[in-house]
Amino acid sequence: MEWDWNFVWQIMPTMLQGVKITIIATLLGSALAAVIGLVIALLRRSPNRIVSRSVGFAAEFIRGTPLLVQLYFIFYVLPDIGILLSPLVAGVIGLGLHYGTYTAEVYRAGIDNVPRGQWEAAKACNLGPTQTWTHIIMPQAIPPMIPALANYFIAMFKETPLLSAITVLELMNQAKSIANSNYRYIEPITLVGAFFLVISLCSVFLLRWLERRYGRIES
Amino acid sequence: MSAPIIEIDGITKSFGSFKVLDGLSMKVMPGEKLALIGPSGSGKTTILRILMTLERIDGGHIHVEGEQLYHVTRGDDLVPADERHLAKMRQKIGMVFQLFNLFPHKSVIDNVTLAPMLTKGVARAAAEKRAMELLDMVGMADKAKSMPSQLSGGQKQRVAIARALALSPKIMLFDEVTSALDPELVEEVLNVMRRLAEETDMTMLLVTHEMGFAHDFADRVLFFDRGRIVEEGKPDDIFRHPKQERTQTFLRKIIAAGHRV
Ligand SMILES: Nc1ncnc2c1ncn2[C@@H]1O[C@H](COP(=O)(O)OP(=O)(O)O)[C@@H](O)[C@H]1O
Ligand SMILES: [Mg+2]
Repeated sequence: MEWDWNFVWQIMPTMLQGVKITIIATLLGSALAAVIGLVIALLRRSPNRIVSRSVGFAAEFIRGTPLLVQLYFIFYVLPDIGILLSPLVAGVIGLGLHYGTYTAEVYRAGIDNVPRGQWEAAKACNLGPTQTWTHIIMPQAIPPMIPALANYFIAMFKETPLLSAITVLELMNQAKSIANSNYRYIEPITLVGAFFLVISLCSVFLLRWLERRYGRIES
Repeated sequence: MSAPIIEIDGITKSFGSFKVLDGLSMKVMPGEKLALIGPSGSGKTTILRILMTLERIDGGHIHVEGEQLYHVTRGDDLVPADERHLAKMRQKIGMVFQLFNLFPHKSVIDNVTLAPMLTKGVARAAAEKRAMELLDMVGMADKAKSMPSQLSGGQKQRVAIARALALSPKIMLFDEVTSALDPELVEEVLNVMRRLAEETDMTMLLVTHEMGFAHDFADRVLFFDRGRIVEEGKPDDIFRHPKQERTQTFLRKIIAAGHRV
């Protein structure tokens, strides 16, 4: 089979449509994972044993099962109990939830990394718990976490083709449907690889920059 | 004679099975400058941390300005204090730590203004004006815009003192505030504390291995060993004429280790 540039230009708009959805899913999924990770990390520190244990168990469970299964569950099983979600929303929730259990570990490490003396100084300054978290602990915990978080977001980006399983029209899904209706695989699938490569390379450069920018802050 | 500002009554504190404090009682008068000395591990830091509510006590009672620190009365019962009560009591007390514990992500002046702005609702302009006065007093006004990482240990500790003073506590706790400093930086911090002792009527509790400084600074010296007060008295009596053998041994050792008395 010959490489056909005309075909490439012909399918490009549809492919770019797919790229757009892939990027949107990644960005929304990352934002959700960042929030869910924080919530899990905070709940796991709860003095209430029941809360911390059950959140810990749920997080282990989600991390221990494949993302694909979770996506199927959210999109195909939840409607049975009356929760109907659009493919993209279901996909973003799946990505955010799954990767949230990973980013929770990053938050945990980042929070544990803040010296105990900072908590004590905050208390000696009579700051309340919320003030301590928002003004003292998180501003110190987050910068060193940023490279690790970005790493997970790049990993998430590379897993977005799984969303095609729940009919999200992301890049891979667009390529497959082009291929199936034209009986040509070489151009669409190669383009998928090329797009992923280019975006991944850009992200890696961004990551390197983040690592330089946010080395640890010294005390 | 006025009432004690701190009254510690039979407190106990264990870490696991290790009993650090076993029925300790002591009183501190308002404005008194107290030096706590004794071998390492004798519980001096633990006492300060308990007063700062960084550790809970297992038993006994503490009164600060006549009010229970760790208990509140509910009806006829004395129950463990809630966070609100502790926050109220903490306003009376400030602490300076051995390792400074400045907030590394905040500039010098922000370290000093943060707590007054957040906990007392002081406006930024007023908080900064007061912070500059305090920084001036500790000789750090010219570094107001610096980050803590740009300061020497002695400078960090002087900022930490200003930060604690910004909340105008009645009681200040100093836990070996010069132990982590290079020898040539010790004096600048001690000078600040001398000024504080002379110019304010704050009650000050000082844990230190600087016996010379303790001698000049303190109205009263308590010698601790294994969680108990072995001997207490005027600095001259403790340092020149210690009665207890354990005090004598401790002072001999510390002089041999190169500390002035
Ligand atoms: N958080 C803690 N956990 C376990 N043991 C502790 C803790 N804090 C202090 N200790 C122990 O309590 C004893 C008294 O400590 P401390 O009050 O720091 O003594 P000092 O300040 O007189 O050197 C020491 O033996 C120390 O090891
Ligand atoms: Mg100590």
